[in-house]
Amino acid sequence: MIDLGEFADAVGRDGPVTITGAGTRGGPVGGCSVVHAPAGIEWVQPDEMIVSCGAGTPVDELVAALREHRQTVVLPAGGTVGGALSVGRSDVRRLGLGPVRDVLLQARYVSALGEVVKAGGPTVKNVSGFDLCRLLVGARGTLGFLGDVIVRTRPLPPVSQWCSAPAADPFAVFRTLYRPVSVLWDGHTVWALLEGHGADVSQQAAAAGLTACDGPPALPSGSRRAVAPTTITSLTGTFVAEVGVGVVHHAEPWSAPARDGRVLALARAVKHELDPTGRLNPGIDV
Amino acid sequence: MNAALVAELQAALTPQRVRTNSTELGLYKRDASNIEGTAGIVCFPLTVEEVQAAVVAAVRHQVPFVARGAGTGLAGGATPLNDALVIATTKMNRVLSIDPVNRSAWVEPGVLNLDLTRQVTHLGLHFAPDPSSQQSCSIGGNVANNSGGPHCLADGVTAAHVLGVEVVLSDGSVVQLGGDEAEVDGLDLRGAFVGSEGMFGIATKVCVRLTQNAPAVRTMLMDFASVDDGAQTVSAIIAAGMVPAALEMMDQLCVQAVEAYIHAGLPLDAAAVLLVEVAGLPAGLEADVARIVAIGTEHGARTVRIAQDEDERALLWKGRKTAFGAIARIKPNYYLHDTVVPRRMLPAVLRQVYEITARHGLLVLNVFHAGDGNLHPLLVFDKREPGVMERVHAAGDEIVRASVAAGGVLSGEHGIGLEKRDFMPLMFGPADLAAQAAMRRAFDPTGLANPFKVLPSPAACGDVQHVPEGAWV
Repeated sequence: MIDLGEFADAVGRDGPVTITGAGTRGGPVGGCSVVHAPAGIEWVQPDEMIVSCGAGTPVDELVAALREHRQTVVLPAGGTVGGALSVGRSDVRRLGLGPVRDVLLQARYVSALGEVVKAGGPTVKNVSGFDLCRLLVGARGTLGFLGDVIVRTRPLPPVSQWCSAPAADPFAVFRTLYRPVSVLWDGHTVWALLEGHGADVSQQAAAAGLTACDGPPALPSGSRRAVAPTTITSLTGTFVAEVGVGVVHHAEPWSAPARDGRVLALARAVKHELDPTGRLNPGIDV
Repeated sequence: MNAALVAELQAALTPQRVRTNSTELGLYKRDASNIEGTAGIVCFPLTVEEVQAAVVAAVRHQVPFVARGAGTGLAGGATPLNDALVIATTKMNRVLSIDPVNRSAWVEPGVLNLDLTRQVTHLGLHFAPDPSSQQSCSIGGNVANNSGGPHCLADGVTAAHVLGVEVVLSDGSVVQLGGDEAEVDGLDLRGAFVGSEGMFGIATKVCVRLTQNAPAVRTMLMDFASVDDGAQTVSAIIAAGMVPAALEMMDQLCVQAVEAYIHAGLPLDAAAVLLVEVAGLPAGLEADVARIVAIGTEHGARTVRIAQDEDERALLWKGRKTAFGAIARIKPNYYLHDTVVPRRMLPAVLRQVYEITARHGLLVLNVFHAGDGNLHPLLVFDKREPGVMERVHAAGDEIVRASVAAGGVLSGEHGIGLEKRDFMPLMFGPADLAAQAAMRRAFDPTGLANPFKVLPSPAACGDVQHVPEGAWV
């Protein structure tokens, strides 16, 4: 087990404090003391489909290490594991491989009191107590700073192939495919990521009128919105939409509408309970 | 009974849907576990407004309230304590809307799990969580317990299939957590609510994800001369990079009980039987079947039976899903446990389970989700035998401790409720439990939503936190 004592000491018990990984997803909050989570893979258990690592471990290092076991972890590429989990935004494989928040099985984090706290458990199936892990994913370090984690892995498929079709109906493609990993649409072209046995991938692509291509389109980075997946056909501007999910990558900036006041009140109650003085990543409102 | 509260509830609902006579209250004093409490009032709201009114009234009178679905829980989660108000959601049982294109549906909490699947079968869809109680358990209960089932191996437990939930909080507010829009920035309050065992609020609507039915399915049965061989086959299949749709094990006593009941031609002399199901597209499916058969054979499978048609597949599954009924042929009572261990520890922990139960003079059948290490030792007994309950409880205690000591967890799918509340310190230290208690306070600052479950109370609270008769803790 990774020793989190030094990390906990660095977080301490009082004063504003912020955490950063590789800085690829926003970096630290200004005007605070900055801490870094431990890095390094603790162990890989391929037959349990789990891996344990420090939150500061680069995602790409983890993915490379798992490739030796013909497995992978469904986290967005780049940055650190802790950063990917804390931001909680899935990549375009969310449709088929599930959201980032389902990847985390156990976390040990340093609380606002400077204590090491364990959430979740080491097995893939576990309903022992309240699901604190779900809160930590996407909390952007406002509830606690991730120290080390156990995340679930999945087997690499025999074949993984991006395909595309110009001027296709995204919902017709989506309806035809059996559990595609991803379906993207930019208002004109449809892309799909198909995984599995080679013969199945070819058959699926043909059935949906798709032909193999090099990869997905570059995602516009102006803004990322979540919309009801049925509404993507009424989008305007320059975008790539995740069909069946409703996450839309826009070239244009977009500001999220104010959240429902009752949801916000509940989120703030959670924050207040876990960090009453607001010392962890101050200024970030979840 | 609190007469003023009854009057308020009758005014808000109707007198017919607020019950206080002792016979009816007796029906609601426990869930499907052996743990009994006492219900003070039972009410049956039809709408979110009625749930809201019931919660507001209970809080005003400082009476604890317990949400209850079909009452099939096995950990005492819906057992009311101290004359609580039971808010039964069974009459809120409509499927509100189905989106066949994006594969989701909004349902009321009282909709039964299998009924939902039946209503979307014609669309080629199903609701993936499939607990053994799926014919009678409700979606609201699935949300409260983050329920599992055999097919959660590949598809994940309830949390992965709940996109949103409308809840009534103890302050009387109605709030929607999550919903049709995936992954909105902000805390995942939806994820926190799933599995909160009625202690965060009451779900009044649920947005569920529906799953495409597989174009092809193969179900096979392999039998082994030793439990170890079967368990090692499980680990080897996963290590080879396959995640079957389901991977279930039954041991000899269980196979014998089931075979006497369903006559499926199960091998009575096998020490262990594996039921393996693979689902998906045809080429990958056939490749997986071939590899799984090879792995089984390498690990000593004596025979491999592949279901030849849907009827045979249904028969094999009937054996698995009726195991709990079949054991009535052996003894009249059973106690079903639920722990998870790392897959590679299955042989060692199963040996301990046999040793523990033998030492306590009890019969044990094992029928469980081997693919995710989720053990379900089933202790069978006749409770009329003097002293047998003490032995059942003592053996259960040892099984839970052995599972956690092997690197496992307290519960895979039944939840903590009252049953395992006082075992929580086996897995969690004081700071860990304090964080969970803080989550609970954020959602329910009154502490009246299903109190005294899940979290062990400080000893100072006195008799209110005493686990009632019937618990084996």
